[in-house]
Amino acid sequence: MHLRKLVWREMFERKNQLATSFLAILLGIAVVVSIKNITFFSEKAVAAQLDALGANVLILPKSVSLQDYYSADMQNDEFPEEYVQRLALSDIQGLDNLSPKLSLPVKLKDRSFTLTGILPKSEFQAKAMWSGAGIFARPAEGCGTVADVPGALRPTAKETLVRQRVIEDLSDTEALIGADVATLLGTKEGDSLDVLGRTFTVTAVLPQTGTVDDSRIFAHLHAVQDMAGKGPVINAIEIVGCCKEISGGLVQKINKLLPDAKVVTVTQVVDTQVKTNGMMARLSLIFLGIIVLVGGASIANYMYANVYERRREIGTLMALGAGSGVILKMFLLKALLLGLAGGVCGYILGTVLAVALGPRLAGIPVLPMPVLVVWAIGISVVIALVASYFPARRAARLDPCATLQEV
Amino acid sequence: MRLESVSKSYQHRGRTVAALDNASLEIPAGDFVAVVGPSGSGKSTLLLVLGGMLSPSTGKVHLNGHSLYELSPNQRAEVRRQKVGFVFQTFNLVPYLTALENVQIPLYLAGVDEPAQKERATALLERVGLGDRLDHKPPELSIGQQQRVALARVMANDPEIILADEPTGNLDPETGQQILDLLEDINREGRTIVMVTHDPRAAARAKRTLRLHEGRISSASNGVPAATRRDSNRTMM
Ligand SMILES: Nc1ncnc2c1ncn2[C@@H]1O[C@H](COP(=O)(O)OP(=O)(O)OP(=O)(O)O)[C@@H](O)[C@H]1O
Ligand SMILES: [Mg+2]
Repeated sequence: MHLRKLVWREMFERKNQLATSFLAILLGIAVVVSIKNITFFSEKAVAAQLDALGANVLILPKSVSLQDYYSADMQNDEFPEEYVQRLALSDIQGLDNLSPKLSLPVKLKDRSFTLTGILPKSEFQAKAMWSGAGIFARPAEGCGTVADVPGALRPTAKETLVRQRVIEDLSDTEALIGADVATLLGTKEGDSLDVLGRTFTVTAVLPQTGTVDDSRIFAHLHAVQDMAGKGPVINAIEIVGCCKEISGGLVQKINKLLPDAKVVTVTQVVDTQVKTNGMMARLSLIFLGIIVLVGGASIANYMYANVYERRREIGTLMALGAGSGVILKMFLLKALLLGLAGGVCGYILGTVLAVALGPRLAGIPVLPMPVLVVWAIGISVVIALVASYFPARRAARLDPCATLQEV
Repeated sequence: MRLESVSKSYQHRGRTVAALDNASLEIPAGDFVAVVGPSGSGKSTLLLVLGGMLSPSTGKVHLNGHSLYELSPNQRAEVRRQKVGFVFQTFNLVPYLTALENVQIPLYLAGVDEPAQKERATALLERVGLGDRLDHKPPELSIGQQQRVALARVMANDPEIILADEPTGNLDPETGQQILDLLEDINREGRTIVMVTHDPRAAARAKRTLRLHEGRISSASNGVPAATRRDSNRTMM
């Protein structure tokens, strides 16, 4: 017999009475852990998006409202491809890579994919008019974009398309496919792919990105325009701008140049998510307050009842020679165990919830975060100990005679 | 053990109730005293005062020459742990622990290590005839068996003094006799026993009887001669 065993046996024998306060603390911790967990990954996703797309600017038809940066071009509104030329011909500084896009939904082997027409960079350069305008002649260094370092290996098509969202070369009969397309269709590099009656050669399978780009087939813009039969139109223009230029009024300048289009920056796109994250952070604080109150009150209430119910036992232990310290420790140890159990189980439940609901609620993959277990146990134990301190002290100060005299 | 003009009064709804009134008493080591008296005469109060559980309003309690109530509450707990054992009318076993674990409690409180606790507790339970009930919890034991567990528990730390408040009060005469046999046995080992009882037959087993009336010790009489006591049935041991 030792104190831990004594406490453990009591808890185990009367677990039904313990259940309510255990559940209160468990659920509270679980909710906060899952909010924290989802928020963390959501913030990471935002950071990654900002990092990957940094200073990017999207030009969209006026009517389009933007939900997701990656699927910005997947809508039915178009504007003329001529906008690209207007931009290229303008004297606006900070436009480095213009990437016009036209997307068509396609069905292959009964699965839905998106056929996206893109214009390779070589195409711009080939057009004397554009290069004469000199936008590619402008040095791009310092903008964090595609500055070719002499002597360094030229990045492959895959890398530039995924990371910098532009491509150097692409012929009319070539296509690049997203990772999901490749797996779902069983297509490899070098295979041919029939889309809407045209045959493309798959020149590259793009690495997994976790975005809608994975289920895209990229082909030459003009090929896609032919297939769509709507003339020289596009759904969106993506521009890699310079951070400096964006803050310096790039958006306003484009707005002025293309009054019928809508100009959006990535920062604006992720803004909603940043706001959601902020709300989640506040929500987790509110929940924390609630568990401190509800969990704490529930534990304190249970502990007072437990002390009252066990007063004869306490009196007996005192008659057997237990000092007030032993009694105090007995109840605090019980609180500690309750806090530990609530923390660990709350962490597990919260993590399961976050991993299961994260992708649905926040649209991001969520992984378990082991650091949160320390956090969960810490909070839970502190709440349990603080809530139990006064009941435990009452137990330690019980008058043993009073408890022994009543029959 | 010595009481020096001890009085104890309770405050109850603004009125003062005298439970002990100027009681003086000397109990030599190895004595077996039965305390009798009408209900409310202060018998339980006397035991609690003797055991260091209840400070008297006035007067002094000496134990081995030390004044008990000049010690701190935790020091008195220490004295109880080492020297005094309580036996209750309602046994007061810890309901969620087994017989063995109940007997281990005083040993745990005295800081005995676990293997030694188990060994001693097992031996004590065997002594009271419960060697085959070690893992039973109180609700799974008959009331006679429960009181025997309580006796094994009180013996755990080898106390010099045993204070028993109506130990047979809840038992049928047969099991009551078994408990009294055990108490006699314990007394024969040289331990002092003070036993409150309503049962004249139980009182007759003690060496002497103390009569309480309205908090005053009204008379002390020697019990039945030792020879007669020895003849009583002793099936237990
Ligand atoms: N905690 C208390 N508060 C107020 N009065 C009390 C308290 N405990 C005992 N008394 C009173 O003190 C007196 C003596 O009580 P005590 O319990 O010592 O009697 P007793 O002789 O043991 O009685 P019984 O034979 O019924 O057990 C009684 O009048 C009782 O009402
Ligand atoms: Mg009594």
